[in-house]
Amino acid sequence: MRDDALRIEGVSKQRGALAVLSDVSLVVRPGERVALLGHNGAGKSTLMKIVLGLVRASGGTIAVMGAAPGTVAARRATAYLPEAVAFHKALTGREQLTLFAKLSGVSRTVVAALLERVGLTDAADRRLGTYSKGMRQRLGMAQVLLGKPSVALLDEPTSGLDPASRHELYAIIDELAAAGTAVLIASHALTEVEARTERIAIMKDGRLVADDTLANLSARAGLPTRIRITATDAEADRVAEALGGTRINGRTVDLLCQTSGKLDRVKRIMSLGDAVTDFDISPPKLEDLYRHYSSEKPQ
Amino acid sequence: MIGRILAVAGTEFRIALRNRWVLMATLIMVLFALALTLAGSAPTGALGVDMLTIAVASMTTLSVYLSPLLALMISFDSIAGEAERGGLALILSYPVSRAEILLGKFTAHLAALAIAMVIGFGAAGLVTALLGGAGQASLIALLRLVLTSILLGAVFLALGYALSAMSGSSTAAAGLSAGAWLVFVVLFDLGLLGAIVLDGGGVFTQHVFPWLMTANPADALRLWNIGAADSVAVASGLSGATSALPAWAAPASLLLWLPLGFILARLSFGRVEP
Ligand SMILES: Nc1ncnc2c1ncn2[C@@H]1O[C@H](COP(=O)(O)OP(=O)(O)OP(=O)(O)O)[C@@H](O)[C@H]1O
Ligand SMILES: [Mg+2]
Repeated sequence: MRDDALRIEGVSKQRGALAVLSDVSLVVRPGERVALLGHNGAGKSTLMKIVLGLVRASGGTIAVMGAAPGTVAARRATAYLPEAVAFHKALTGREQLTLFAKLSGVSRTVVAALLERVGLTDAADRRLGTYSKGMRQRLGMAQVLLGKPSVALLDEPTSGLDPASRHELYAIIDELAAAGTAVLIASHALTEVEARTERIAIMKDGRLVADDTLANLSARAGLPTRIRITATDAEADRVAEALGGTRINGRTVDLLCQTSGKLDRVKRIMSLGDAVTDFDISPPKLEDLYRHYSSEKPQ
Repeated sequence: MIGRILAVAGTEFRIALRNRWVLMATLIMVLFALALTLAGSAPTGALGVDMLTIAVASMTTLSVYLSPLLALMISFDSIAGEAERGGLALILSYPVSRAEILLGKFTAHLAALAIAMVIGFGAAGLVTALLGGAGQASLIALLRLVLTSILLGAVFLALGYALSAMSGSSTAAAGLSAGAWLVFVVLFDLGLLGAIVLDGGGVFTQHVFPWLMTANPADALRLWNIGAADSVAVASGLSGATSALPAWAAPASLLLWLPLGFILARLSFGRVEP
């Protein structure tokens, strides 16, 4: 198996005077789930469309399983879930999925199983015009599963989904990845992708400002870990003073420390004995990292 | 390749059926063809031709207006509309070429048009035959009218895709198509008429005008049907205009427009970024 299902190198896209993408490089390996984050208009959807060969890049190279974007080989290897999935109102879910199966050369016998997989069996023979947003999104996900893609490009796959459906959708994404598909997920739902992806790429104004695992991004950003301590009523002031923290209210003390100094702080908290009744450690969240990296000036 | 074209065609035909497009187009064709046939049945004796011949002459004019109109109505939204709704990006992420998508849509839309034409003109032919006036020659004229009308429809389907791909939105595509219909079916002829009047029977009228008229596919349909049957020409009072041209001119025009329309459609579709 090759180690790069999707390789993007130095891709740029100029639209008139606007640099929509500048020198973006990103590799997604088989079985890897990568989150693509960035503000509205950062260029996430454009990058996906360039990978699909729908939009021509102004510069740079892309290989989808070694093939150039838009070639038959690349299209066979890729599955796509567009940002706003729209199907033809007059068709039924089963008909739409059957068309996609025929186009990708997959036997149409898989259609029923896929509809079942995304929970659309009961609605399969209803017109798409009657589908809710979430149902259309599920059908979109069903067509992603057609033909066991090597690369899946999912543009905001959970937008408009209820919490239970989001959970199911990520279960499907996990299955895809477990079967060896390289998955690139553009999203604004930070808490979701934090738990569900191996790697985070952050775009800002068409540039890639971060591309690493959560832990590495965290370490590089040097954002503090927060420790929240609950003390006894009488001892709160003394605890705050001893640890160098800030007293928030009657019994709570907040403490910020670098990830590397965490263990040392915990030892000192333990040494205060009964004065401390409880404590909580929260490492920096993806939200903090996102804010950090997307406010940073690109080098 | 054939498999993918047929897959697209099957889906598009189903959509045309469910939108009641096939039903509406057929009804329009039947109503107009019957109305013209029955209204035009009076002067039979005077010209010495049978009733179906008269009907074919008036239905030829009907086809000049209706075939392009129906074809543009079914094709104008096919690319602009899908691009707007976002469906085009998804289908193009599949291993299907733009030419295959065009051919698939074309096959379905042409089938829908053909159904409307065959039933519409066929109903009129049947009614006329039952009323007592249909010879072998006039039956052949009717068959020719049906086939050439479908061919004219095919040309305007291709032009409709081209216009649809050129416009950024459904609304713009509707506007462009309406404009194209006006130009081909109304304004072009008016312009030629004006030129003839100004020319006063000179070189233009005798040598340029017939060729210019044939170059317009809608007029080519008229000339083809009228030129091919003397009796129809007599019935339509247009025998003069056709005699100046070789017999192959009008068929050649229509047959050339079809690939031309397709090339135009494929080229402008290629420039669409979904
Ligand atoms: N067809 C187009 N013509 C002109 N500009 C475009 C076109 N499509 C996108 N852009 C511009 O390219 C930039 C990037 O857009 P893109 O849709 O890739 O952003 P995004 O990161 O997906 O944003 P969002 O989070 O809102 O989906 C924006 O400035 C947008 O205005
Ligand atoms: Mg987007």
